[in-house]
Amino acid sequence: MVRGAEREWDRMSMLEVSGLNVWFGKHRDRVDAVKDATFDVGRGESFGLVGESGSGKSTILRAITGLAPNWSGTMTLDGRPIGKTRPKTFFKTVQMVFQDPYASLHPRHSVDQVLGETLHLHGFKNIDTRVVKLLDDVGLGQKFRFRYPHQLSGGQRQRVAIARALAPEPELLLLDEPTSALDVSVQAEILNLLADLRRDRSLTYLMVSHDLSVVGHMCDRLAVMKDGEIVEILDVDALRAMNASHPYSKQLLEASL
Amino acid sequence: MSTLLDVRNLWVRFPSRNGVFDAVRGVSFTLGRERLGIVGESGSGKSMTGRAILRLIRPPGIVEADQISLEGRDLLKLSEKDMRAVRGQRISMVMQDPKFSLNPVMRIGDQIIEAYRLHNSASKAEAYVKSVEMLEAVSIRDAERVMRAYPHEMSGGMGQRIMIAMMLIPNPEILIADEPTSALDVSVQRQVLDIMDKLVKERGMGLIFISHDLNLVADFCDRVLIMYAGRIVEVCDADKLHDAKHPYTRGLLNSLPRLDAPRERLEVLERDPEWSEAPSVSGTV
Repeated sequence: MVRGAEREWDRMSMLEVSGLNVWFGKHRDRVDAVKDATFDVGRGESFGLVGESGSGKSTILRAITGLAPNWSGTMTLDGRPIGKTRPKTFFKTVQMVFQDPYASLHPRHSVDQVLGETLHLHGFKNIDTRVVKLLDDVGLGQKFRFRYPHQLSGGQRQRVAIARALAPEPELLLLDEPTSALDVSVQAEILNLLADLRRDRSLTYLMVSHDLSVVGHMCDRLAVMKDGEIVEILDVDALRAMNASHPYSKQLLEASL
Repeated sequence: MSTLLDVRNLWVRFPSRNGVFDAVRGVSFTLGRERLGIVGESGSGKSMTGRAILRLIRPPGIVEADQISLEGRDLLKLSEKDMRAVRGQRISMVMQDPKFSLNPVMRIGDQIIEAYRLHNSASKAEAYVKSVEMLEAVSIRDAERVMRAYPHEMSGGMGQRIMIAMMLIPNPEILIADEPTSALDVSVQRQVLDIMDKLVKERGMGLIFISHDLNLVADFCDRVLIMYAGRIVEVCDADKLHDAKHPYTRGLLNSLPRLDAPRERLEVLERDPEWSEAPSVSGTV
């Protein structure tokens, strides 16, 4: 399968990040989580960020959405620069799915409330039909509509989290380890769902994962991160051919086989 | 091979409004000085098996077994006080999620020092040195800073390595590791596994390695029990896991994405109700 060649994504960038630095804390406890990161994600592309824990891959996602306030550098979304505060339209374009579906859903809100509130906040009018449609889209169906998170399995919860992210009809989805908390059998279902959604809605994905085989399955290109820096950007064919040039990427590849 | 732990006909039950739910249904296995893997999906009863051995199932949960014997002593017959001497000292357990295992309002250093001094008579200074050593042994960079830090400042991977350091510091005979490396990335995973591997070999420790990651278990363990719906459906040598016969094991193996064999869609597991009805396979050697 030559996915990269088959689906040639638009050359126009959906997201451009250049010279991004993110840090936490100050003085002797200051940690530079991301150092001078530069990459771009084309429209319709699926781009992966891999690296070990603490390498700053999730922090990049958090900086994009505004969850990590201390950053410098430039980030451009669809040609418009991202400032220190983000307008409402930003969140109509960018949505995020978090790693842990057990922590990212409010335990006392039913699925209907979770999705309904998101839709209401984004100013949609026909909330009722949209909730039904969203549940169908993520393969859950009506019977899950009035359930609470504790009545759902991990995979079902992650589907709700994906439905919530899709509610504002975004163009760019930030996926932070969307399947690492799930069983392999459920992981297969969620990865299939994400692939279908991307095709049907022509979404752009920026996906963080520590699992190279998941990134190899889902992404067109990927950046390898180490200690807050991007050490290499390679496409998936090079990854499959074990054609990494940086010693760290090589080591990562060998470890994942 | 000497038997450290002998579990016979273990049941874990939870009475509920809709009748009794059997989480583990008649599981038997032995553990020698080896690396025993237990694999299965969430809900298959693998974690409950691990917890039941340490008698960590709280009421109303019920643990029943013909025996759970640690070198000839039946753990089910011990008093709660004697059991406390077993936990940590002789059988240690690393839980799934470091976020819930570490005390959020206590510095990491203090927690490890406490664990060490509980089982060894050592001065604070000795314990500090030992703790830093242990953190370095689980390949944490900048161990001194980590000693000062609080759990929320740590990433998941670091938290898990801290837990492993803390569990190994009393030098137990059996380590039950419940998904210890699921939160870690491949490179660190390898290091942590190497550390556990070294301990099993050098100290003659027995390891029960509970995981959902089939490749990892195939690679790392000596023997594997595959659990489904509270029963063992298949027992095999870890290096022969890829030739497993049971359709459930095969289904799990096939649902993994692979770098060397790209596919448009991943295979989704089709469950057969018969699997949960078949009697449990014995994992006794």
